[in-house]
Amino acid sequence: MLKFGYLAMIIFTIVGSFWLEVVLKVGVLRRAKRLFLSIVPVSTLFLIWDAYAINNGHWFFDRNQILGWYGPFDIPLEEFLFFIFVPIAAVMTIEAVRTVKKHWIVGDE
Amino acid sequence: MVYTEIAMIAVVFAVIVDLLIIKTRLTRKKVFWTSYSIILPFQLITNWWLTSRNIVMYSPEAILGVRIASAPVEDLMFGFSLVLLVMALWVFWGKQGFQKS
Repeated sequence: MLKFGYLAMIIFTIVGSFWLEVVLKVGVLRRAKRLFLSIVPVSTLFLIWDAYAINNGHWFFDRNQILGWYGPFDIPLEEFLFFIFVPIAAVMTIEAVRTVKKHWIVGDE
Repeated sequence: MVYTEIAMIAVVFAVIVDLLIIKTRLTRKKVFWTSYSIILPFQLITNWWLTSRNIVMYSPEAILGVRIASAPVEDLMFGFSLVLLVMALWVFWGKQGFQKS
């Protein structure tokens, strides 16, 4: 079970945000292209930062608490999942606030 | 550069992108600060999980050493810039008329 330590955080993030699709009908997943174009440029920058930080020892991971699958530059799989699902959660949050506060200006009306 | 410096640059970069480059101006809107104030407690919980269990660890030389909910204060700058940049791009694409609804 220990190796699911980091993955548990990702699942918590998904559970904590994806319900907004069902309950508030934020319609974020439906707009997959817009979501993709919003996440990829940002996550790319952060993954470059991640690679730099890992390779310079700024931060490191307990090998017993991750699945042990690595992508390029020794970045654990969970980091890639982090930079997919945390941004999705952020977009779902702002869309949820917009859904509840219909008169608030977002800027893309 | 260590985590502290990169994290500060990331915050400044994110705000410049938002205010001056794509001009979404989310940092001047209630909708962003409300969203961020919802996200922040969740970030503190997940930060606490990852750092108190030593899933993620930090070199003492790379951080200031100030910790909030067991995680380096730099993580809050990291999270803020990540969230702001993604939300700003999302609004930017909507402003361009791309998948508005």
